[in-house]
Amino acid sequence: MLALAHLSKTYADGTRALADVNLEVRAGEIVALIGGSGCGKTTLMRLVAGLDRPSAGAIRVDGEAVEGPHPAVGVVFQEPRLLPWLDIADNVGFGLLDRPAPERRARVAAALERVGLAEHARRRPRDLSGGQQQRVAIARAFVTRPRVLLLDEPFSALDALTRASLHEGLLALWGQDRPTIVLVTHDVGEAVALADRAVVMRPKPGRVDDEVPLRLARPRDRASPAFEAASRRVMAALDRSLTPDESRPAREPQGAALWW
Amino acid sequence: MTATDTLAPSPAPARTALRVPAAALGLALPVVMALAWEGAVRMGIAEGRLMPPPSRIGAMLLDLARSGDLVLHGGATLGRVAAGFALGAVAGIGFGALSGASPPARRLLDPTLQALRAIPSIAWVPLFILWLGIFEASKVALIAVGVFFPVYLGVVGAILGVDRKLVEVGRVFRLNRSQLARRILLPAVLPDTVTALRSGLGLGFMFVVAAEFMGASEGLGYLLVDGQQMGKPDQILAAIIAFALLGKAADTLLVAATAPLLRWQDTARERL
Repeated sequence: MLALAHLSKTYADGTRALADVNLEVRAGEIVALIGGSGCGKTTLMRLVAGLDRPSAGAIRVDGEAVEGPHPAVGVVFQEPRLLPWLDIADNVGFGLLDRPAPERRARVAAALERVGLAEHARRRPRDLSGGQQQRVAIARAFVTRPRVLLLDEPFSALDALTRASLHEGLLALWGQDRPTIVLVTHDVGEAVALADRAVVMRPKPGRVDDEVPLRLARPRDRASPAFEAASRRVMAALDRSLTPDESRPAREPQGAALWW
Repeated sequence: MTATDTLAPSPAPARTALRVPAAALGLALPVVMALAWEGAVRMGIAEGRLMPPPSRIGAMLLDLARSGDLVLHGGATLGRVAAGFALGAVAGIGFGALSGASPPARRLLDPTLQALRAIPSIAWVPLFILWLGIFEASKVALIAVGVFFPVYLGVVGAILGVDRKLVEVGRVFRLNRSQLARRILLPAVLPDTVTALRSGLGLGFMFVVAAEFMGASEGLGYLLVDGQQMGKPDQILAAIIAFALLGKAADTLLVAATAPLLRWQDTARERL
């Protein structure tokens, strides 16, 4: 389980990127963090990844405090961030270099097979399309079998078709070891297609504004009425999060649950 | 042949037909000028005493090659450049790596090195001669100084310019400092380091001429001075051509030697 308690981040210039964020993500749950730009989604991800230190509060993975990059936490960035001098197989195996070579080779081959890039193992990142590169990045994160996987708008630079196929690929990978996934996104359709719960964030300072449970059976049909209803609920919560505090009427405590 | 083959436009032959002259175009100007000068001298339009025609320069090169002088002088020059380049490059990479990797070292070293860089390297000559004598040591030292600064600057710049995003990938996978240096920083700085070495090598050839002007009994620079004092412009031009060929050959060798390390680069670098 991933638990964030009273997490705050104030940058040196005084910007309050996050203020008192509390969030618990069950083991194996997929949570979509959604919100307008500047609401601290990426800051939150960087804190959980251990790349930045919080100003206050604590992050725990299965009770262990995260105080720097943690072996149980994997990250997929917005850009593929592959190492251009390594071939695809070596990029995928980058996090496994402390393992014996046969095990490494087997796990890399299995991961490449799962993302459908086995025949590209010996090619360089530059020879692959953007979608293929992002698949390599996802395989690189999955191959270390993290308990928590963070994805920071990993599909935002891709076209809609590629994105949809990567969504399926991601769910297939998730189905194997069922890691906890935190997916940062600004795409409502993506959140509804993938997540068990959408956490809507609100900017200035970044904080959790609302939560929308997404209890749709998988595989999810984007054209189904339930999918559209869920999208509308997330969209409405997102709209509310973008209206300034002052102009917003006080919301009844269970607004999210009652919004249909 | 399939239907698509016949339907497809065939621009390939047209393009290669254009490309061959394009490559030859660069040769056209010097060749035409050389032929024109040769013709002018042959027909008595020009005298050609101070600017000998290509045939005389070629004959002089051939003479020098036959007598073994070309190998002697070229070898002497090449030896000095090699020694000076090796010293300057090793020092430049060493100090550059230190300055680039450690901010305290950078704050300590960089101001001094930048101040030394502001001194025109030739200005060191009298001091080097006083300290190291008039023979090889002072020449090699001058070349080493000339090579040092571009290599130092290039390496520092390369290290400071490493993509923070790739460094973060290393951090996410919890690499320690030496792993980070070996697996991310080193490969990432190699291309710029090679570029820095290439400009260092070019400066090495520049400074070897200066060094050999200061008094040498062998070397291509000596051939230049000798040609001036003896009034032999064909020898000067032959030495200049030998310099150009040696410099280009050394650069090509450096590029070829480092190419396997940089094959991953997604750039048009090899065309430069």
